[in-house]
Amino acid sequence: MSAHNRDPVIVGVGLSDYPRAPHLSPRGHHVQAMQRALEDAGLNKRDIDGYMTTEAGIPGAEEYSLPEMAEYLQIDHRWLDGTFTGGSAFEFMMQHAAAAIRLGMAETILMTYGSSLFSHMGRSLGTNTSYEPVGAQQYEMPYGSSIVSAYAMAARRHMHQYGTSSEQLAHIAVAARQFAAMNPNAMYQDPITVDDVLDSRMISDPLHLLDCCVVSDGGGAVIATTAERARDLRQPPVYVLGTTGRQTHWNISQNPNFASTAAALAGPEAFAQAGITHDDVDMLMLYDSFTITVLLLLESLGFCKPGEGGPFVTDGRLAPGGSLPINTDGGGLSSCHPGMRGMFLLIEAARQIRGQAGPAQVPDCNVAVAAGSGGWLACMGVTVLGAEATR
Amino acid sequence: MTEELFTMPELVDQYRVDVVDGSSWTRPVPKVDELSAVYFAACAKGALLVQHCPACGHWQHYARLMCTACGGTPAWRQVPGTGTVHTHTMVTRPTLPGFAGDEPYVIAMVELESGVMIMGNVIDCPQEDVHVGMAVQARVVKVSDSIGIPQWRPARGGDPAR
Repeated sequence: MSAHNRDPVIVGVGLSDYPRAPHLSPRGHHVQAMQRALEDAGLNKRDIDGYMTTEAGIPGAEEYSLPEMAEYLQIDHRWLDGTFTGGSAFEFMMQHAAAAIRLGMAETILMTYGSSLFSHMGRSLGTNTSYEPVGAQQYEMPYGSSIVSAYAMAARRHMHQYGTSSEQLAHIAVAARQFAAMNPNAMYQDPITVDDVLDSRMISDPLHLLDCCVVSDGGGAVIATTAERARDLRQPPVYVLGTTGRQTHWNISQNPNFASTAAALAGPEAFAQAGITHDDVDMLMLYDSFTITVLLLLESLGFCKPGEGGPFVTDGRLAPGGSLPINTDGGGLSSCHPGMRGMFLLIEAARQIRGQAGPAQVPDCNVAVAAGSGGWLACMGVTVLGAEATR
Repeated sequence: MTEELFTMPELVDQYRVDVVDGSSWTRPVPKVDELSAVYFAACAKGALLVQHCPACGHWQHYARLMCTACGGTPAWRQVPGTGTVHTHTMVTRPTLPGFAGDEPYVIAMVELESGVMIMGNVIDCPQEDVHVGMAVQARVVKVSDSIGIPQWRPARGGDPAR
């Protein structure tokens, strides 16, 4: 370790109340998560000199901008960022935070997120009510497109190209529920079977209700600083070993390849930065807006070849006790999805690296990958976290 | 950018597609901008327009002020209203105004000869029959003189040889 080691590390994480928190407004989630992350790290708010958040865009809920939230939290920042890429925003922001910390533009950066999606909207995410038929949506909304139909078209294309089945996709939902059973806060904890998924109501074929994530409330906060500063803080540091982002499109009708994602570029770049191979990875936090999202990310990240995701997910390797556990908090599919899940990917991956993931702890977890998917399978952010510096 | 970008090109009859009355349309209607106004007005006349870049040969849809490949100024091209289904879904839980009661309905990405893909509904056939590779042809619902919504139905000649 050099005299002043500016390797970026996560030193504090916090979750606000979830999955249902009618007592919290969006800013209530930001505040609670921040307080818990500061407590976790053993830091004071005045130690924070960099701040990040992004507009959550909850129809009907009070809106706020990046500088408004910075004002509300009264962060005396010298570095500020609010990149919006949909659900992957926090992986994209982690890339920026890591660079800022390395360059000395900020010493200790706070990233917060908060959403009251469930309390404001109930189970109606995907109604598109916030969209107007303007811009690219002029070419989609007249046809009755929805968030689910967008992902359904990706699933259909994958099935056509590779013979993937609904049963194979269902295994992803079943594994998520097995982990959710270990999380007392998870929205749904009762075990489900492959048949339960296949028998659940069809929303947009081939995606059933249980192929879709929950709609919840929730928020989170992450605090990152230098490895040097982390030495006298409360928690073991979690190294940000690699962090990348790539975009192929935004609206689903502009998707250049329905059977792949931009993570096919972002993944290898993040692994190269981190100096790791697939064999080094102990667990994955993969954005699971839908079961198909997980399958595409597994392939894009190279854990199996394109088209082999179907068989890959059916042998139990993703489930508790498997060789490649994913979404150990129960995922968006069963635990918590307030609209932008990327924050929770970072937090759970960090908890796993620290060895603090409770019953869902992956033994000897030294490297974890958080892969966020934003928009309509569009903006892919990949962050590699580790217990130690790799270079 | 050139004036031609904002002007409907001369339309040819050989590529004209069927137009049906859509004055009772209750689904979302595009709020057109300076460029999409040309696209949707051409649709109302039974013409499907996509953009082609004279400089680099790139084809694109939706219409933009610049070529997405080289950044130059694209030109309108009227194309035959034929394509194949690249992927599709049958929506059983409608979420947008004007669709309630019409479920299930099919949304597809239709791939044109140039390779560009256009979203649309597949109509006029049993929904279970819609499949990847299915040959389809456009039919426009004329919502007003300035806006036509292209949809797709099975091509008269059936699927292309595989």
